[in-house]
Parts: sequence; C-alpha cells; structure tokens
Amino acid sequence: MPRREDVKSILIIGSGPIIIGQASEFDYSGTQALKALKEENYKVILVNSNPATIMTDPEFADRTYLEPLTVEYLEKIIEKEKPDALLATLGGQKALNLSLELDERGVLRKNRIHLIGVSADSIRKAEDRMLFRQSMERIGLEVPESGYVSTLKEAVDIVKKIKFPVVIRPSFTLGGTGGNIIENWDDFYKFVPLGLAISPISKILIEKSIIGWKEFELEVMRDKKDNVVIVCTIENIDPMGVHTGDSITVAPAQTLTDKEYQRLRDASIAIMREIGVETGGSNIQFAINPTDGQVMVIEMNPRVSRSSALASKATGFPIAKMAAKLAVGYTLDEILNDITKKTPACFEPAIDYVVVKLPRFAFEKFPEEESSLTVQMKSVGETMAIGRTFKEALQKAIRSLEIDRWGFEEKYNNRNKKKLKENLAQPNAERLWFIAEAFREGISVDEISKLTRIDPFFLWNIREIVDFEENLKSLGKDSLGHTILRRAKELGISDKRIGKLLNLSEDSVREMRKKAKVLPVWKVVDTCAGEFESETPYFYSTYEEENEALPIPEKKVIILGSGPNRIGQGIEFDYCCVHGVLALRDLGYKAIMINSNPETVSTDYDISDRLYFDPVTLEDVLSIYNNEKPEGIIAQFGGQTPLKISRGLWKNKARILGTSFGAIDETEDREKFDNFLTRINSRRPRNGMARNFRQALKVAENIGYPVLVRPSYVLGGRAMKVIHGAEELEKYVKSIKEYCSEHPILIDEFIDNAVELDVDLLCDGQDVFIGGVLEHIQEAGIHSGDATMVTPPFFVADRVIEEVKRQVTIMAKELQILGLMNVQVAVKGTKIYILEVNPRASRTVPFLSKATGVPLAKIATRLIMGEKLKEMNISQPPSSLYAVKEAVFSFDKFMEVDPILGPEMRSTGESIGIDRHFPLAFLKAEEGAGFHLPQGGSVFVSVPDEDKPKIVPIVEKLERLGFELVATEGTTQYLRRHGFHVHTIGKISKEKRNILEAIKEGKIGMIFNTPSGTHERSDAGMIRRVAFSYRIPCYTTIPSASATVKAIEMRRTTSPSLICLQDIHSGL
Amino acid sequence: MALKKAILVLEGGGFFIGQSIGYEGEAEGEIVFNTSMTGYQEILTDPSYKGQIVTMTYPLIGNYGCNFEDVESGRPWVEGFIVKELASYPSNWRSEGDLSEYLKRHKIVAIQSIDTRKVTKMIRTGGAQRALISTENENINALLKKVKKIPSIVGLDLVKEVTSSKAYKWNEGIYSWPKGYLPKKRFKYFVVAYDFGIKRNILRSLVSNSIGVQVVPARTPWKEVLNMKPDGVLLSNGPGDPAPLTYAINNIKNLIGKIPVFGICLGHQLSALALGAKTFKLKFGHRGANHPVKNLETGAIEITSQNHGFAVDIDSLKGLAELTHLNLNDMTVEGFSLRKKFLFSVQYHPESSPGPRDSTYLFRDFIQMMRDFKGK
Repeated sequence: MPRREDVKSILIIGSGPIIIGQASEFDYSGTQALKALKEENYKVILVNSNPATIMTDPEFADRTYLEPLTVEYLEKIIEKEKPDALLATLGGQKALNLSLELDERGVLRKNRIHLIGVSADSIRKAEDRMLFRQSMERIGLEVPESGYVSTLKEAVDIVKKIKFPVVIRPSFTLGGTGGNIIENWDDFYKFVPLGLAISPISKILIEKSIIGWKEFELEVMRDKKDNVVIVCTIENIDPMGVHTGDSITVAPAQTLTDKEYQRLRDASIAIMREIGVETGGSNIQFAINPTDGQVMVIEMNPRVSRSSALASKATGFPIAKMAAKLAVGYTLDEILNDITKKTPACFEPAIDYVVVKLPRFAFEKFPEEESSLTVQMKSVGETMAIGRTFKEALQKAIRSLEIDRWGFEEKYNNRNKKKLKENLAQPNAERLWFIAEAFREGISVDEISKLTRIDPFFLWNIREIVDFEENLKSLGKDSLGHTILRRAKELGISDKRIGKLLNLSEDSVREMRKKAKVLPVWKVVDTCAGEFESETPYFYSTYEEENEALPIPEKKVIILGSGPNRIGQGIEFDYCCVHGVLALRDLGYKAIMINSNPETVSTDYDISDRLYFDPVTLEDVLSIYNNEKPEGIIAQFGGQTPLKISRGLWKNKARILGTSFGAIDETEDREKFDNFLTRINSRRPRNGMARNFRQALKVAENIGYPVLVRPSYVLGGRAMKVIHGAEELEKYVKSIKEYCSEHPILIDEFIDNAVELDVDLLCDGQDVFIGGVLEHIQEAGIHSGDATMVTPPFFVADRVIEEVKRQVTIMAKELQILGLMNVQVAVKGTKIYILEVNPRASRTVPFLSKATGVPLAKIATRLIMGEKLKEMNISQPPSSLYAVKEAVFSFDKFMEVDPILGPEMRSTGESIGIDRHFPLAFLKAEEGAGFHLPQGGSVFVSVPDEDKPKIVPIVEKLERLGFELVATEGTTQYLRRHGFHVHTIGKISKEKRNILEAIKEGKIGMIFNTPSGTHERSDAGMIRRVAFSYRIPCYTTIPSASATVKAIEMRRTTSPSLICLQDIHSGL
Repeated sequence: MALKKAILVLEGGGFFIGQSIGYEGEAEGEIVFNTSMTGYQEILTDPSYKGQIVTMTYPLIGNYGCNFEDVESGRPWVEGFIVKELASYPSNWRSEGDLSEYLKRHKIVAIQSIDTRKVTKMIRTGGAQRALISTENENINALLKKVKKIPSIVGLDLVKEVTSSKAYKWNEGIYSWPKGYLPKKRFKYFVVAYDFGIKRNILRSLVSNSIGVQVVPARTPWKEVLNMKPDGVLLSNGPGDPAPLTYAINNIKNLIGKIPVFGICLGHQLSALALGAKTFKLKFGHRGANHPVKNLETGAIEITSQNHGFAVDIDSLKGLAELTHLNLNDMTVEGFSLRKKFLFSVQYHPESSPGPRDSTYLFRDFIQMMRDFKGK
C-alpha cells in the first residue's frame, strides 16, 4: 500500500515543556517522525512551546510555531495553515489530550482534518478506564477489579466492595500524576479528593492493587494491513506498585518462558486490534502473578512513549520513524529495516545483549519529599546501558547515573538489620545499594525477594557481583592479574570501584588493566543478533574477544553528551550536542557521539556518524578515545558532565578541542577566577571558601549577611542557598557535609535587589560575538534556570548592557575561549557584578538560538574546529520581537514541596513566548508553561510587610482591570488603607472557610503570594502547593506579578500574533 | 567453584576457550545459531537439531530454569550447546530445576563464557560448519584435526536416529493457562502423522483443533497409512538433509492426491522432492523466532518460528505447485500448495514452540482441506 495521496500537509503537536513523565523522549520521537515525513515530501506544520528541542529547529518542519499548546492557539494555527491531517501520537499524552479536545470541539470536522495514526475513538478506548476494561473483557483478558468515581461517596462505595489495598488513578493525567496506593481510610481521605481535583474530567479510577506482581511491557507496532510486530519486551525489575518510569527495567524480558511470553504477545496483538490502533506503535503493560502466572492487563498507550524511545534505542528499531511512515499509508513490509538496509521492517528484533534502564532522581532538590517510590512517577531522567550480561549492563548503568556511585558502594554501613529490612520493604531510590548491603549483611536472596518483591533472578545476579567484590577485597591488590581483572570487567565493575575496593587510584587500576591486556571491545546493535550484515554505526562496549568498532579511517571528532536528564542539566545540552554533531558533519568531519541517555536525539544512531552508547565517564571515554584516536574531543556542549572529566582527559593526554583545560580550570577554581577578574578589572561579589563550619562562619561574617552558599563544581544550583545568619549557616554546612567531602563550600556576598543577566557569547580567541543577553524578570537570588527571562533586555538601560558586553568580551578574549561561553552577572544601579562564568554551552543556548535565529552551537563548533568569526560574517538582524523564557516545574509530583523560587534550581523544563510586545510574549510564555492568565474574577494577594508597598501599583492595576481582590487579614488592612476594595479570607490554620476551600471551588483565578523569610512550613506554602496542583497561576515574586498584570492589561486591547519560526528566521 | 575448561573448535579454524556447563566429554556436529530470545528448552528437545551444535545468540540462557512440560520430545537432541552465560540461579514459578543440571543429566556437552557473537558471525560468514566441543582435550591442533573428520550432514539420513520405533496415539493439547497441557478425548478428525523427528507441539496443535492423531515411524509404508483410514496425513519436521530420505519421498509421492497432506519443515521439503522439485543447503540456515513470511494469498505478514538448514529451490517448484509463502529476508520458499491434489506445506513452524503463534491458522486450513476432500 503506497503513501496516502489525499493528504498533503500534516499537523504535528509536540509535547511542550519537559515535566516529569513527559520529557525529551518526545523530541527524539518527534524529530525522527518529522525527518520521515519530510523524506516523503509532506508539508509538516509543527506546534511546540518548548524551544530547547531539536524538532523545533526550522529545518525539521515546514512551518514551526513555538506557540502555547492550547486548543485556542491550535485552532488559530489550523485555520491559518489548513493542514489535511493531524498526527496525534508523537507528542505524548499532551498531544493526545489536545487532539481529543480538538475532535470533541468539532475543530477537526470543521476544518476537514483527518486524525491519522489513531482515531479519537481508539484514544478514548485506551484512555478511559471503563471503556478499556470493557474492551479487555471482550477479548477475554483480565484487568484488576476497578471502578470509576466522580464523587467521594462513590469512591467509598467502591472501596468497600473491592477492599484495600487499592490504587487510585486520576483520568487523563500523565506520569501517573495523582496516582497513589491506598491501604487505609486515612490515606483514602487524603488522596481521593486530590485525585478528583487534578483530573481534567474530575474522574478517578479506583483499582484493586496488585502490588508485588511482576511487571512487563511490550512495544507493539501495527500497520494498515493489520500486520502486527512486537518490537521489544521490557521487564520491570521493580514490582507493580512502582511507576514504570521510576522502575529499573531490563530488555528483553528475562524470566518468561516461551509459553508465557507468547501469551503476552498474543494478548498484545489482540489488544491492538480491539482498541483499534490503526497504525503506529503502542505500549502495553502487563502484570504477572509470580506465584501462579496469572496475567492482568494494566494499561496501553496508543502512541509513542518513554518506553518506545527506550525500546528503539534498545533494539535499533526506530519506532517513531516507522509510526510516521505507517501513518501515511505504508505497510511494514514496504519499509526497509533501518539498520540492515537489506531486510524488511516487518520483523521482530532479535537482540544479543542486555539493556538496563535506571531512573535518575532528584530527591536532593526536594528534601521535603520522601524518596519512596510509588505509582506516581518521580524520576527526572534516565540512563540506559548495554552489556553482554545483565550484571555488566546494570553496573554500566549505575556509573552512567552520575550520582557519584561507581558500583555497589557500601553506602549504608552500620545500619541495623531491622532498619535495613524496612528499607528493603519500601521501594525507594536507593534500593540497589540497600540490596547489596543486605547481601553483605548475610541476608538471603529469598528473604530479600520476599521483602522487595524483586525476582530472585535479578537478586542472584547482584549477589554474584557483591560476592566477587568481597572476594576481591580478601584477595588483595596482588591478585590483580589478567584472570581477576578480566572477570571483574566482565561483571561490569568500574576501574574506580576496583580501586576503591583495593585502595588504589582509578589511574593505577587502568594502568594495571592495560598491562594485563584487559581492554574493552565494542559490539554492534544490529536488530538481528548478528544474523545479517549491517552497516549500523551503533556500538556498546563490553569485555569480549572481537572488536567490531574498527576505527573510522577519516578525520573524526568525539562529542561528549550530557548523560541522564536531571534538574539543571536537561535537553538544552543535548540540543547543543546535536548541533555540534550536525556542524561537524557539515565541515566534513566524522562525528562520534558518546552518551548514555536513551531519551535524546543525540543517541539516535541516525544523527552522528558513529554512536557509542556508553557511560560518559573518564574510564569509558578514554577507552573509546584510544580505540578511535580522533582529532580530539569536544567537551563544551554536554554541560557539567564532560567538564567534570576534562581534567582526567587532559591528564591522560586526550586532546580537548576548543577552550583549553587551563581556561576551564581558571573559571571553575574560585581563587584563580578571582585573580582573573581582578586582573581584568571586573567586579564580583565578595566571597570566600570554607571547608568546615568554623571557616564558613568567619568568611560569612567578613562578608556580612545575607550570603549565598553552595558547594563548588555543581550545576543547577544544587544545594545553593541564601543564608541570613549563623544558625542557618551551621545547619546548612551540616546538611551538605556528605555531599561536599571532596569540594569546598563557596560563600558569596548576596547582592540584594539586583537584576540578573545571562550572556551567551562565541569567541574564536580573537573576536567575540554576543549571542544574546537575557534579562531575568525576577530579582537576583532566583536560580537562572528557574527565572523568567526576556531577550532582548526590557528594563535594564542600554548603557549598562553595553558595559556588560564590553566586560564579557574582554573576559572571553583573556580566557582565550574557543567556542561558547556563558556569563551571569548581577546589576545593581550601574554596578555590575560577575557572578559566574561557564566556559561551555549553557542552558540558554537553544532558547537564544530560537529567539535570534543564530545557531550558536553550530557556529561554536566551527570556531572550535579552527574557523574565525571574521570569515563567517554572522548577521543578527535587529529584531522587533521579544522572546520570554519561562521555567516549568513538576511540583505536582512532589506533594510535600513548596513551589517557590529560590537559588536552588528545581524546574524541569522551559517554555517560550515570542511576540512583538513584551507583555504578550510573557503571556504566551505563561500559557506555554500551562498557566492560563484570567481576564476577570478574583485574585488572591498575600505578601509580607517588606513587599506591601511594592504590591500597591500592581493591585491598583488589577482593580482598574475589574478584578476582585481577596486577601488575608494583614494584607487586607494594608490595602484598604490604600483605598482598595478587598474581601478578607480566613487563614487555613484558623478558619474553616479559608483560602484553600476557595481555590478548590475554583473561586480564585490567580494568586500573588511572595514568601516571607524563612518559614518553611507555612500556610502560604500550602496555598502555593494547592494552587499548583489546580493549575492556578501563582506568582511568588513582585516582578513576575507586575509582568503578569501588564500582560493581562495588554491582552485586553491586543491579540498575540501567531509567529511562525520560518517567517522570522531560517537556518538554525 | 571453578568450572571445568571447555573448548569449542570450528572447522574454519576458529576456537574458543570457555567453561563447561554440561556433561563432560566431547560433542561433534554441525554448528548453527538460533536467535530466539526465549524457548531454549523447546530448542534443546526439538529432534530437528539432531547432529547439530546450537549456539544461542541471546546471551543469558537458563534464566527461567527447566520444567518437565515445555519439551518438544522425550529428551534433548542437540549434540552440543553454546551460550554466553548460563544462569546460576533460575527463577520462574514453573521451574523444576536448573539448566546445567538438565544438560548434565541428559549428557549434553555445553560451553559458556565465550564470545558467542563472534561464533555467530563465523557461522554467518563461513556457513554452518563442522565443530566440536571438548572438555577433555586441550590441544587445539589435535581438536582441529578431529573436526575435519566429522562426517558432513549433507546426504546423511538423520531421521532414522530420531523417529519413533513404533506407532502411538497422541491426545495432549497445547499449553493454556492455568491448566497447562490438557489431554483431550473427543475428536472430529483423524490424522496420521509421519514422525521424521516430530515436535510435540505439532501434535498438540492438531489435538487442540479436535484432530485425533496416530503417530507412525518414518518408514511406515503409504498403504499401511491409508489403511488406517485417516482424514489426512501430516508430514513432520525433522533433522538434516531431505534428499537421502528416498523411502519417505516415495511414500509421499504415493499419498499425494489420495488424501489431504500437510507438510511442515522437513515434511515440506520432502513434499517438494516428491513433486519433483529440488532442495539445496542454505549457507547457515534459518533458526529463530522472528522471520517475516509473506502469505502470498492474503498479503499478510506472519512472524514465524524457523529451524531449517535446507530449503526448496524456488525455480524448481515452477509448474509443479503454487508458491504460497515467501521469506521476506532472503526470498526463499516458505510454503507451496497443490490445491487440486489436496497438498500444502510450509517451511516454517506454525506450531511455534518456541516462537510466535501467528500461523496457527494453517491447522484450521488443514481441517478445511480435509472437509473439502470429504465433500469431493
């Protein structure tokens, strides 16, 4: 069946800003699909408010809109672009929900748009639990007993019938938001009302819990002719009860006999047909009772997903690309296997390695939140590793996590067994290390299995590693000959871990290993287990005989990726890596990518000339470097990950291209950095360094409070805090003691009430090109990753901006930067303070590239490879557009966390708003972030005394715009004194009729609530939390409140313009 | 516990030093690889592997242990077994023991901890070849010499090694949860199955389709079969080269047209030879559970379970029968039919076990053919 000719243009909806449960995997899938559709000459229209994505680069679609993902904007875009079809399955749950809404509101019918890939009915059948349940029963499959409820009363009735434990799942939420395991009535009353509230259709499913059962996923594809193939099976090591996004997973399934596997396969095919997924991929989850093999269907996602991205990377079968081709009418036998290029795509990959995925958590950012794992996803990223055995893959995955674990460290020595067992029984982020500890404590596999509900197969594998380690310890250093080293490496044990076990440095283990000729080889991921020849440039390291990665003969360069997504280092860095790769290929170099993150575009084997899917650690990178012997390594695109190992690379004589290691060191080492700034006459906040509390106290008192403290060598403001006094300082030093064993604490003067700017620039050693200046809308003290920013700057005087540019230019030249550099400055009056210099690509590079049309990372690559700015003639036409970047948070996954802004970064994603007017750009950025700014109704205002004078002009405007004002006692009195009409509302702690009730009843449209000092568990925190989960815009700083009111005001008279990226600039 | 050393030597000169995980001794045969990721127990007990040493390309084998029911015959038939890593401690609710014990009990020589991907690529490039696993002799040169003396599989009658010595009835159906393999008592049809090395799941598939089965030895004369008054005859799978099995070819020649005949794997090749077509040896065969086959009558793709080293020559089939199924990987014959003579056959395994169950419709087609024949 050839491609559809009745369709000429296709609309694709992206998944928007990165949040927990919906991350960069959709950029990977989307980019693949866009490439596939372009290949087929379709006109593609893309809408996505996430500027940090490769898919939104102008060359990937024909018409790209970075507009908010709302039905209103989509309808306008549809009317303007008149697409023939909508492909809804590529943008995650977000796109699926929006497509359904467009269908239900008749927008699709009115504009004669075909929904391709999956029909609205199929989406409903898969998403609506009752319809799904009925479908499953029709084909003879079991689902856990359950019922839908819309009221508390109904919920009580159902629970009485099916009995605790139950699982609640709010409808139409993603990443399991609001999902919980409920074992008693207390929890019931805590979580059921909340679940009802956060479901967009106010419905939750209450389901009999099958906690502890084994969980499996199948990735399935179907074409128009009803051909169905299973691309991959995934086994969750964590049992039911832990969200699959938080589970340690393995591909393929390890513990199913063929008979059991075929049951799941048959069921999957039947489900695809029953739900009616016409074409494309789906993810189907099953639970199996470990004691008798009973199977239940848990859910299906009729779209590409996090698991499909993982399955694609795990098998080499590009699900999203295939889904796109199938959606336009091709059948599986008409498409070639992407890897062999000889056999058809209509087959099931056979793999000859083991893939392990580990989730990456960020609990250190949310100390209020328990690190226990439940049905609601909490991880912010993931890493994948490939090995020839489970043990090897697991250990490679551990060191890829970049949480300073190099194996099964003795992390919890001295704990008592009882406590250990409790930790085993409650799934948590540290479970792997608790299991290892349990083995060292002599607890049996059976008992651990009983406690953790983890299959003994996996536990035995972990035990083999632990046993070997213990044995190694007793054998001692002298045992490290070929046999032992080889065995250690086959088990996946890192050099660093071997060193730790035997009191040797990583370097000396590496040397011994080289001497003993224990070296890794690389094997191909080829979809067919070696049965057919393949040309794929997709490799993983292992300790075997044959090396299949013969060095590329041409000139080549390695780019180091950024590892798992985490807060502070996300998709933005992958974006830069991909641009680096594309630019290298343009320059005629072979680009080699090393990365371990399955959710990214950079690990699509189709992007680089060669992909090494390996940990970005010194050991692994050096091995690849020695295998390939490239021109050099580019370390400035992958964020802090490559930077952290650059010293080691430099010491081992690996050539780092671009900015020298010396310059990196000069900016990372505080003392050298201070000297440097003094030398070039730039000012920086007074500062000092301390290694313990006593020193810290001295430094802080010298500087004077408030001070900004943090550990050195971190990204994303990890453990960064503004400290107001000695007591707070002591607490802080204690809290980070473990974290900072190796690095000192940095203490800076905190510049109060300053404006912060971010500058990204390019330098070739002689000339500098300023990529852009971003002005933070919030005052200094908010982490730059969480701040709302605007470019070009809106408030700060041009004169000051020019001075900043002058200073950073000098800095870049002095440091002999080759490539990108990011500088953060604070401006107070006309005084300029240099806060931070990063000799690498920054988080804001993709945003600026989108805003200005200048592909910064690509140009940086050319500079790194020796081109000069003078030769390039980059033009940055003066723009009449403002671009606002808004940070996007996933606080709804952390019910205990107060969603305020501070010096520690906590956002997971970003949105962009572009418009001719700053207020409207701001409005779009807010809407892009998922907040609807009201045009009327009530606004709740509550600010501490120091902010009261500043809120007056804002409130004045609100009143003029016709908003009703609601405030707490103190704020009411103040505002009334200033002549405003205000309704008072009770405090939560005091009155029943309080603000929370009003929020829940939908009576409050917006909240301005600035935090007061240091109270951590206040009423205000609760208000902000509840507001966040009800998606009510809540502004916690005066400047953002002010910008919001301006935006609302302007919206009254002016409509935001629809801006297509290709119209404003091309060629990013 | 240190495992005993084992050495694998290939005719092409490749050798690998690993650990013994099975019976101690020496095993020789034709080395092949199988890409299935599940179903090692079914593979071990498939009589079609007689004369062969099987390399599993999936590296972790033995994970779910062994049970007494997921078997395709009364014992394992492989000559030797090669894996990357055998699970020391299996886990599955039906597991009744670990694979290493099972191999030892059945005297199967096996090796682990070698680069099985390299082995696979040697087979892919050098073809299926003679090989030897030894836990006794460490002299590589001596082993290499020995390998060259192993008889070639071409022209060898391996069926006589695996076929049942006497006829028997079969009444166990296919696996279903939770009851497992249930016996059946009442049938609507009756079929005689030639045992050239038959897999139990073929029998079970027949039974589950209400077909009573009488299994007969490979050399049973055609007249004797017709005298049993079956509704149809099934030609089973089996090991090795079809060409030397002249007795079987002759019997089939005489059955075709007189009764509905359904051939599977070796049975398919024998039917082709009986029609006058030719067979040839594939370089390294098809063994796995992921081969795409196109049903030329419906256009649908089936993902199939395969295990064969020989194939029917597509050109030689022209004019003799209608091509019905094609392998999409290498465009070899996967099935043909001769409707007017009530014959059809497939190269792959519709009974799966291990592998996908996309092609079970063929058993229903067989029933339809028997009905049509009756109605004629």
